Amino acid sequence: MNNLIKSFIFMFLFIAFFTGKAFTEEKKKLLKTDWSFKGYFGKFDRASLQRGYHVYTEVCASCHSMKYLSYRNLAEEGGPEFSEEQAKAIAANFEVTDGPNEDGDMFTRTARLSDRFVNPYENDKQAMASNGGAYPPDMSVLVKARSGGADYIYSLLLGYENPPSDVILDEGVYYNKYMYGNMIRMPDPLSDDLIQYNDGIKATKEQMAKDVTAFLAWAAEPHLEARHKIGFKVIIYLIIITLLTYLSMKRLWSRIESKI
Amino acid sequence: MSDHNYVPSSKLGKWFNDRLPLLTLSAHLREYPTPKNLNYWWTFGGILTFCLIAQIITGIVLGMHYVAHADLAFDSVEHIMRDVNYGWLIRYVHANGASMFFLAVYIHIFRSLYYGSYKSPREVIWIIGMIIYLLMMMTAFMGYVLPWGQMSFWGATVITNLFSAVPFIGESITNWLWGGYAVDNPTLTRFFSLHYLLPFLILGLVILHIWALHVPGNNNPVGIELKKPSKDTVPFHPYIVIKDLFALLLFLIVFAFFVFYSPNILGHSDNYIEANPMVTPAHIVPEWYLLPFYAILRSVPDKLLGVVAMFASIFILVILPWLDTSKVKSAVFRPLYKQFYWILLIDVILLGYMGAMPAEGTYLLIARVATAYYFIHFLIILPILGKKEKTLPIPLSITEPVLGSSAKTGSTKKEETYN
Repeated sequence: MNNLIKSFIFMFLFIAFFTGKAFTEEKKKLLKTDWSFKGYFGKFDRASLQRGYHVYTEVCASCHSMKYLSYRNLAEEGGPEFSEEQAKAIAANFEVTDGPNEDGDMFTRTARLSDRFVNPYENDKQAMASNGGAYPPDMSVLVKARSGGADYIYSLLLGYENPPSDVILDEGVYYNKYMYGNMIRMPDPLSDDLIQYNDGIKATKEQMAKDVTAFLAWAAEPHLEARHKIGFKVIIYLIIITLLTYLSMKRLWSRIESKI
Repeated sequence: MSDHNYVPSSKLGKWFNDRLPLLTLSAHLREYPTPKNLNYWWTFGGILTFCLIAQIITGIVLGMHYVAHADLAFDSVEHIMRDVNYGWLIRYVHANGASMFFLAVYIHIFRSLYYGSYKSPREVIWIIGMIIYLLMMMTAFMGYVLPWGQMSFWGATVITNLFSAVPFIGESITNWLWGGYAVDNPTLTRFFSLHYLLPFLILGLVILHIWALHVPGNNNPVGIELKKPSKDTVPFHPYIVIKDLFALLLFLIVFAFFVFYSPNILGHSDNYIEANPMVTPAHIVPEWYLLPFYAILRSVPDKLLGVVAMFASIFILVILPWLDTSKVKSAVFRPLYKQFYWILLIDVILLGYMGAMPAEGTYLLIARVATAYYFIHFLIILPILGKKEKTLPIPLSITEPVLGSSAKTGSTKKEETYN
């Protein structure tokens, strides 16, 4: 057993070493907040995700697409869990191009649950042209695509400051202490009471940053809750079956005059 | 082998077995005499077999949903993650499975180095193992390209560009590998095709690896050849089967923690950004299991020599059975080798660390020293050590140290018998 324990300690250290060190880049310490979805039993806060969608659609969606999400996702289990009617009503706010119809013409219709989130721009070139040459990244997997994840996005949203005196910014460039190289082309998107939440929560800058980041975290990992739930069961099952196997092994090997 | 005269009990079994002796094979596998003093480092062979099968099964399912096309690959991976039933689970098992596979293979290799399992009469097992390892690295590298994220694309660009260092025909080779003038759709489709093919070659080699193992039988912590079967051995089934199963289950618990609670920690966040040939990531780093070789590659100032050094670092392992001149297998009886073994392990981990760091300043200097030491260990220390080292007395049978470790009489008895 001694050897076994040593071998597993070794394995953990080995992985911890590489994972800890492989991706350390020079960066500022990120702001931390209490994410409900972290930890072994982490779940999303429905109300926060719904508010987060509200922030996304009113603030972010004018520039940022979310091309891997569909309106139906908003009503699915483990997400913001809008009712189906609410999700339909949300979809109905958007127009999509469909077709060709029987006459061979393209036509526009209101969006349905099965439609993808409508892209704010026709194409990437248009997106860049409208944003001073910087492409606003698609936000579907953004949280997973940034080292630091949700903490990074949250920090970035709250990281705008006046530049230090020795930094001269070009027109249309802003100073953000968490951005790589500190220069960002996105103007500070949030301010207190920029929008009004439906559930009476005060829309402070921090609150909005937290809600929209939680929403993006869900969007990047829509099956997170199922993963945590199944994982817990799997590990409990594995522990039980490991113990049973251990006892059987002890019994079998007791026939042999050797320690195991 | 003791069980060649196996006779099936049923008539049908006998009829079939006379025509294709699968039942004899199965009886051989059950009865295969295994040293009873194997410790848990020996369970990783079974774990690796499990890893390979798990990768093949999850890979086949992923292949049903994945689309190997530069414009669609990234989307299809997101489709798997979002809309395929339990697609996220299958993909996370496959992606983390690769890391767990390499973790197990490194333990397996370093076990072999510690106990001298590569020495006569097991050189062929070792060489087949090294070919498997090389194929594993190729498979893993090509698999990492398939999601067509930023690290996929730029990793593929860096690695395929290595071949351009070959004199005269380098550029032609890279163009041939790419199927064009840059990493693009033809590169992706051929990588997918090969990524699907190579695991089956590995499977074939694994069968040869086990076959070659079953000729001399397992090495063991004492490193002496045993009479088989004897009181020093136990039948593979049920004794080793249950022990391997127990170790595998412990390994699966670690595996499950990664899959369910930090599935992306071993990957690079940039790989969730779709490949863009116009934007180069700030640091291009390979997966953790390739980092030591990446460090060796970068520590040589000349590109061609760097590539040569990297391949040499693997080739040197192939000829290891002839570089290590010591007749004594196990490091338990080689006090000096034991120390050099740990230094080598630290050296390789250090190389891995340097592979993840930018190749400049102190990092580069340390990487160079570590690279030099890696070669010195195999080319200078091992050949000399085998001739100069004063080894400890070796027991005649494994029963003695096994019993001796629990009762104090063992050590005195050892000296009486062997001096």
